[in-house]
Amino acid sequence: MIKKLKELYIKADNEMGIDPRSDEVYAVAGLFDTPNEIIIAADKVSSSAYKDFDVHTPYPVHGLDDAMKLKPTKLGYFSFLFGLIGTISALVMIGWMSGIDYTSIVGGKPFFTIPPAIPITFELTVLFSGLVTVGVMMFLFNKLPWTNNPLMDTEYMKRVSSDKFGVIIKASDEKFNKEEAINYLKSLGSKDVSVIDKFKLREGNTRAPIFEKKFISALAATAIIAALGTYVTLNWLLFQDPFNFMWEQQKVTPQQPSEFFSDGFSVRTPPEGTVMRGFIPYEYKGLPDSMVKFLSNPLPVTQTVLDKGKTRYDTYCSPCHGYYGDGDSRLRGQFPNPPTIHSEKVRNWVDGNIYHVITNGQNVMPSYASQITREDRRAIVHYIRVLQRAKNATDEDLGITGKDTTGTQKNTQDTTTQNQPDTTK
Amino acid sequence: MIDYQHKPLPSKVSKLGLIMLVVGALGIGLSFVVDSHRAMFNYLIMYMFVLSIGLGSLGLVALEYLAGASWSTPFRRVSEFLASVLPLLIILVIPLLFGIHDLFHWSHPEAVEHDAILQSKEPYLNVPFFLIRVGVTYVLWLGFYYIFIRNSRKQDTTKDPKLTRTSGKFAALFAPIFMITITIAAIDFIMSLEPHWFSTMFGVYYFAGTVLAAFASLTFISVLLKQNGYLSSRISNSHFYSMGVLMFAFNVFWAYIGFSQFMLIWYADIPEETFWFIQRAEGSWLYFSYGLVLLHFIIPFLVLIPRSVKTNLQRLKIMAVWLLAAHYYDLYWMIMPVYSKEGVLFGWIEIMYPIAAVGLIRTMFTMQANKHNLMPIGDPKLESGLNFHLN
Repeated sequence: MIKKLKELYIKADNEMGIDPRSDEVYAVAGLFDTPNEIIIAADKVSSSAYKDFDVHTPYPVHGLDDAMKLKPTKLGYFSFLFGLIGTISALVMIGWMSGIDYTSIVGGKPFFTIPPAIPITFELTVLFSGLVTVGVMMFLFNKLPWTNNPLMDTEYMKRVSSDKFGVIIKASDEKFNKEEAINYLKSLGSKDVSVIDKFKLREGNTRAPIFEKKFISALAATAIIAALGTYVTLNWLLFQDPFNFMWEQQKVTPQQPSEFFSDGFSVRTPPEGTVMRGFIPYEYKGLPDSMVKFLSNPLPVTQTVLDKGKTRYDTYCSPCHGYYGDGDSRLRGQFPNPPTIHSEKVRNWVDGNIYHVITNGQNVMPSYASQITREDRRAIVHYIRVLQRAKNATDEDLGITGKDTTGTQKNTQDTTTQNQPDTTK
Repeated sequence: MIDYQHKPLPSKVSKLGLIMLVVGALGIGLSFVVDSHRAMFNYLIMYMFVLSIGLGSLGLVALEYLAGASWSTPFRRVSEFLASVLPLLIILVIPLLFGIHDLFHWSHPEAVEHDAILQSKEPYLNVPFFLIRVGVTYVLWLGFYYIFIRNSRKQDTTKDPKLTRTSGKFAALFAPIFMITITIAAIDFIMSLEPHWFSTMFGVYYFAGTVLAAFASLTFISVLLKQNGYLSSRISNSHFYSMGVLMFAFNVFWAYIGFSQFMLIWYADIPEETFWFIQRAEGSWLYFSYGLVLLHFIIPFLVLIPRSVKTNLQRLKIMAVWLLAAHYYDLYWMIMPVYSKEGVLFGWIEIMYPIAAVGLIRTMFTMQANKHNLMPIGDPKLESGLNFHLN
């Protein structure tokens, strides 16, 4: 069809007496028959005064680069530079994403570290340098899309793209003279020398074809069809038979009975007498306080243990007991407020008793055995002792801190912690 | 026409090789007297290094037949001569077999007795089967070595193109055997030093280093021969550029495999795998490991990128030697931490072994080069190989 169109154009041009070519010479071209001839010719031209010339062959001819005395291409520098940019941007990207913006712990590894970044760095390096290499080669070095290259639609181009080898000497060369160039190519042994003229600029429609109404509307139509197609596929088609096979799976979904087990439950009850791995039974479960009077706290009182106790206390205990154990619930009366832990009674309890209450529950307070681990419960007991001591500090205690009584609550707490005598054992 | 004339290498080449061999051998002997355990590990490193070059070169010879490559035909003899260390390895392996109890923890029955892991690995890791594997792999390597060499030498006089086809068929057979046997060698001699440890990529890791060492030694010797006029004058920069590219490629391949092995183990973080790397990250071994990344990958990678290095024979020669040294470094990194857990060991003992290895390869090469043509003048692909041009 394009061929037909082209013929129509040429016919129209001829009928209207328009020659698409101007009188301005673009180049003088000579054809040769064999690869050997073209290598000899290229060698001679490149050694002559002509600097602005080119060679065309139907297939790559080895040794032609040397004969033309071409310098090694600069393409490699682009590949290297953009490869480097790819490397750096990948590292910066991952560093920012996983190290700064969205830190999440994966397998206990540091947020940003080199090994997992290497594959992505590698990919981005290859991607950047690959795309830029192709792009620079096509658009910068080969000047595509060059739609009015004067060599197009010439007999010369037809021949060198099928069975002949050709040299052109361009008119832009400083030493160019039409007659001399023709004679020179003939002296090299070319049997077919032709002169190629530049194209005439067509008058009238000078708008770049990319802004034609037709092209723009075609582009818009394509975009709309693609968007609609994507939308329909993802939001409707994939939920229809038979594409919904990934949606309909043989599994139990929430609020649905299991069809696999006859009782309709998906979770199996472990056989009677099953003990969870690492489970150590609490022997005093359900027993009165008086039975645990002799239990002590095996955890040492260290800064780490107390810090842990504080975080666990703040998480699990403070909603009802308050941050400082005053029983000032933050739940605003949704549950009955617990009594303060600074009462004479609780202060005189042994550690085992507090532990027992956390593990076993008391009155309204349920058992926290399933939420808080044994270690953490013991750390909480230590922390409660810290709160009690801080709340009921004597003048002597303040003397230990070396600060006057206007010291902040936090300061008092911390120093008390460190200097607390081992009353808990 | 092929403007090649056989002339023997200058006598100083073989003399120097012989001196290095004798000095190295004396050093090795002395080291066994001084500290036989340490000497045994060094000996294993040297052995694996010589094996790399010999077996890797045999692999390159087979690869050329298999791929029908012609550009490398002018240099095939170099690889063939390098592979001539393979028959010698039968003798070189004997000290290792005597030192099997020094090297391999699994070879002690009393250790296996109390070790469930070693017990379940016992069907593979036991002394008789180990000896059988060593024997079978040697029979295979030597068999193919003699087939390729005999065909190649016969062709010098008969100029029979059919021999190339025959070798091509054997090369197709050798390709899988090469991969399997080199994996077995890597697992038996290096990986089983830590019998609890395993990595499914280990064979490929050693293979990558092996091919790199084979290319590096091929490049080094070819450049030397070309510079001194022992090869055809028609060998051009395109040939050496291709060698440089292949060295570069296999260096990257080595890094790729090495990193993949590391990253999978690092990510999974399973103690039964990580301890191998932890060993190499403790004390001075940490800096040694960083050195491996720097010397074996980063520096050669950056240096070999520009075209000017790959077409400049002098620089190419330096990089070939560099990569060979890096391969020795790599083997040291794989093997030595098993013996010296405290830190990097370096003394006169460690210097003697590379000297002996280089002396050995040099001596074998010059012996072969003086007896046979340095170019396969009867090969039908030689002409097109010499015409090879990249542009």
